[in-house]
Amino acid sequence: MNTSGRDASGSALICRSLTKRFGGLNAVSQVDLQVAQGERRAIIGPNGAGKTTLFSLISGIHPVTSGSIFLFGHDITRIPSHKRAYLGLGRTFQITNLFPTFTVIESLVLACLCLHRSKFSTFKPISRYRHFYDRAEEVLETVGMLEKSGQIVKNLSYGEQRQIEIALALVSNPMVLLLDEPTAGLSPAESAMMADLIHKLDPAITILIIEHDMDVAFQVADRITVLHRGEVFEEGSTEEIRQHKRVQEIYFGTED
Amino acid sequence: MDRWKTRVWLLGGFGIAFILLILLPPFLPTYLVSLMSQSLIYGIVAMSLDILIGYTGMPSLGHGGYFIIGAYTTAILSTRYGAGFGVTLPASILMAAGAAALLGLFALRASWVYFLMITLAFAMCIWGLIDQWVSFTRGENGISSIPRPFLGIPLNLMKPINFHYFTVVAFAVCSSLMALLIRSPFGKTLIGIRDSATRMSVLGCHVWLHKYLAFIIAGAFAGLGGCLFAYFNRFVGPDDGSLTQCMEFFLMVSIGGQGTLIGPCIGAFLITFLKNMLSVYTHRWLMIMAFVYIFCAKYAPEGLIGMAKRAVRRKEVLA
Repeated sequence: MNTSGRDASGSALICRSLTKRFGGLNAVSQVDLQVAQGERRAIIGPNGAGKTTLFSLISGIHPVTSGSIFLFGHDITRIPSHKRAYLGLGRTFQITNLFPTFTVIESLVLACLCLHRSKFSTFKPISRYRHFYDRAEEVLETVGMLEKSGQIVKNLSYGEQRQIEIALALVSNPMVLLLDEPTAGLSPAESAMMADLIHKLDPAITILIIEHDMDVAFQVADRITVLHRGEVFEEGSTEEIRQHKRVQEIYFGTED
Repeated sequence: MDRWKTRVWLLGGFGIAFILLILLPPFLPTYLVSLMSQSLIYGIVAMSLDILIGYTGMPSLGHGGYFIIGAYTTAILSTRYGAGFGVTLPASILMAAGAAALLGLFALRASWVYFLMITLAFAMCIWGLIDQWVSFTRGENGISSIPRPFLGIPLNLMKPINFHYFTVVAFAVCSSLMALLIRSPFGKTLIGIRDSATRMSVLGCHVWLHKYLAFIIAGAFAGLGGCLFAYFNRFVGPDDGSLTQCMEFFLMVSIGGQGTLIGPCIGAFLITFLKNMLSVYTHRWLMIMAFVYIFCAKYAPEGLIGMAKRAVRRKEVLA
């Protein structure tokens, strides 16, 4: 199901003049974005640049004001968010809002369920669905948290919760993965581990990552898009962006 | 180790329930037995309400509405048309579920306080309708002398003790079904929605549909409770769906402990017994109930079950 409908041009995700208006505020305005399949794209920009709003538009949390979104050539602009998951889109959240009372493995099993018809089943305890547990363990192994599988989520450290965040999005085998600041609030050592984890993910997965930590962004991404006040300010390879004078100004202010 | 401990707790709970509900009643005065039956019926309704409040995170005040729909469906069908249990039970469930299906279309657009208000408004509409539609519901006079069901077995349900065992069976069936529900994949998605609805949506779960189904299931069980109540009380009046009744169901859940099934049952027993026992001794029983509620809000905000769990955990930490 995830492999169907690939665009001939090889673009995994295309946004065309995407705009989101909240009252008088243009949170995202006229954003054009084209991400090739398997590409790692970082979205950077100062606070309030509209990065998370852009992700919410792509994942269908907010309806778009105008413009359109294509996933592997499918127009998904008006498709509800839960159906976008079936089309191979996954995302994580900046603010950790996991399932606090579940154990790690239960959370992942729940994520497995969501894409499966048996989520409507009411007459069989969840523990009978062995194949979901197998899949959950597989994903836990990918993120290196298999030994934590029996722990209650709210008792995990913050860094571990951020890893669960990624694991939940991986369960569905997404073709396009949106990572919203996976290293937010992590210590430098944890950030490095997280960058490593993201770097090691299946290269076939197209990843968009919002990142404030430039080291992580430069390590993980092939290309970088800079958002500023809801608009695409610059786009280029990591090297081009690193050298770009105006981008430095946005981030650090002008020198005079 | 943890699993073993829960099993001991579970076994102990079943043991106590068995002694209290099955072994003891023959030796108790009829009045107490009938209070127990009533508590069990309210327990079913409170548990179903907790599926909404505790498991899905939708605090509803509308359960009095489904309850009275179920009760009146049974009352009218059995007194006016001589319908038996085989008709009244499914009819009550369907009527209540249908009402929930209709209300859900509107109510699910709101959340929290707004959801509370819209469900309450619904319950008050039902109450008003029953109170005013005299030709159909006999208004304030209510419907009396509802015959007890005949089950086709030689068990005279007119006898309180026999009817008590009948409600015990009904309660056991309903609580098992609900226990199964909350352990099932569907039940887990409800908890997921309570904790993180946007995430569930991104993971591929149709959040609205799951809430809607939970809303209907909860309404259906409340209708079933209403059917049992009509047979139990043999009289139904508009007051069985009044604001007070709606509040009481809500209080049963929050005092007993939301997010568990046993909590609402304990709440149902506590409120039913306190209310009836206190009113024997004093006219000011409502005031005492108010103090009980305030006490619970202050010292057991997670309900009695939550308080007990906390106490056990503290003891474990200290030990």
